Amino acid sequence: MEKGKIKELLRILEENSRLEPQVLSEMLDLPLDEVKFTVEKLEQSGIILKYSSIINWDKVEENDHITAMIDVKVTPKREVGFDDIARRIYRFPEVKSVYLMSGAYDLSVVIEGVTMKEVAQFVSEKLSTLDSVISTTTHFILKKYKHDGVIFDDREDDKRMVVTP
Amino acid sequence: MNKIDTFILNPRLSKTIQSIPPSGIRRFFDLASSMAGVISLGVGEPDFVTPWKMREASISALERGYTTYTANSGLPELKKEISKYLQREFRLDYNPEKEIVVTVGASEAIDIALRAILDPGDEVIVVEPSYVSYAPVVSLAGGIPVTVATDKTSSFKLTPEAFEEKISRRTKAVIFCYPNNPTGAIMTGKELERVAEIVVKHDLLVISDEIYAELTYDRKHDSFAAIKGMFDRTILISGFSKAFAMTGWRIGFAAGPPDVIQAMIKIHQYTILCAPIMGQMAAIEALKNGMREKDEMVNSYRQRRNYMVKALREIGLSTHEPEGAFYMFPSIESTGLTSEEFAEGLIMKEKVAVVPGNVFGQGGEGHIRCSYATSMEQLQEAVKRIKRYLDSL
Repeated sequence: MEKGKIKELLRILEENSRLEPQVLSEMLDLPLDEVKFTVEKLEQSGIILKYSSIINWDKVEENDHITAMIDVKVTPKREVGFDDIARRIYRFPEVKSVYLMSGAYDLSVVIEGVTMKEVAQFVSEKLSTLDSVISTTTHFILKKYKHDGVIFDDREDDKRMVVTP
Repeated sequence: MNKIDTFILNPRLSKTIQSIPPSGIRRFFDLASSMAGVISLGVGEPDFVTPWKMREASISALERGYTTYTANSGLPELKKEISKYLQREFRLDYNPEKEIVVTVGASEAIDIALRAILDPGDEVIVVEPSYVSYAPVVSLAGGIPVTVATDKTSSFKLTPEAFEEKISRRTKAVIFCYPNNPTGAIMTGKELERVAEIVVKHDLLVISDEIYAELTYDRKHDSFAAIKGMFDRTILISGFSKAFAMTGWRIGFAAGPPDVIQAMIKIHQYTILCAPIMGQMAAIEALKNGMREKDEMVNSYRQRRNYMVKALREIGLSTHEPEGAFYMFPSIESTGLTSEEFAEGLIMKEKVAVVPGNVFGQGGEGHIRCSYATSMEQLQEAVKRIKRYLDSL
């Protein structure tokens, strides 16, 4: 498949990963086998990493889902720099994402826990106690307005009339 | 009820207005609006909300106190941007001061163009199937609409032969729309050249509605004004509604020879005065910075068109591939139903709204207009329901 079409395929899947290969092949005007083969290759090569859903947990009843963003200052190590400590951190299952940042701190760690207590325990018992970690600052997310390009609080519904010229 | 009965029934209304039938779309709008859970393929506008940067530009204009009239013919900055855009995209050189007027939607531009050029009894050739308002607006301007049908044998393109056959000594102009609503057909430069020869031969003016110019999928749009010898004969109509998802803003424009445009401005200033300033500010932003958003929307329409053409053909509806706009015009002749019967049955039984082809005039019967400016999920569900409906016939 040509590069432009691969990008188009990826953009469609990023928007809606539930579309069936048959529909994808029709949308892209490409043979079904070629689409299936390309998707498999993209999965194997690690370009498509996972198919996931964006859930608005605030709308789920009796949900205590909590997200924290932690600024972490660390001492980089000879030869491995920040990679070594970043790897140690991202292996914790509660860690959603880890970014190396420029500016006031080094790593930005996003964690999701069921309760505030669990987040506190992770920071105080696991993250802060790592050798390279100099300091942490924890911020709790109070409300999600937009996440991964999706607006959470005010959906722009179709306001068109049913039949127009 | 025929015309004469109507005149007798209501003598205080003008004969012209009473001779014009109400839009056929209206009935389907009423029918579809009265039902819940309808999937609508009957919508003639983008399913995207105007991109945020245009909305923001308008809000910012309001905050800064831009709440006034503008020059009759439009904000000078907007006319300059329109002129630059037409040069960039279609190699057309319009003087923004004399040859461009900003209107309240492309609809107003068509109306004042006709009123600027017609005397009572002048004939205007209307190429059908077409946008529902052309023939009525010709009548309202005192002209006589003379329709010429296109059909699937010519891929809904205007053939020089069919065109010339309708020309009389009273013919003043021709009006057409490519890319076309409702068929999605486009005409290439070569095909337009053949039409242009007839236009010159009979000394006609052309109202070329190019509102869907940005929405082409397989080749770039050829503007009729750019065809050799046509610049001085063409009133190019366009606007921001379709390309930039700005239907509600009502900002359109016309570009053409200075004598015609100045006459149009005269009508515009005595009736409308000027297009709303907030919309004009948003339109400037659209032309300056909105092209990427436009391209993304066009790409989505292309993907949906690809899907819909194959899906409808698979369920047995013969469909001409639309090359532009966001409509397809499948044939329903195989069902033996008229387009009205088909559309009415489809909405009653399966709650899918489409527009019967006959409302778009000659050549439209035997077809339905389906708009694919709707989400992929809705399109997939609509195809399932149409298949179920076809199986039930």
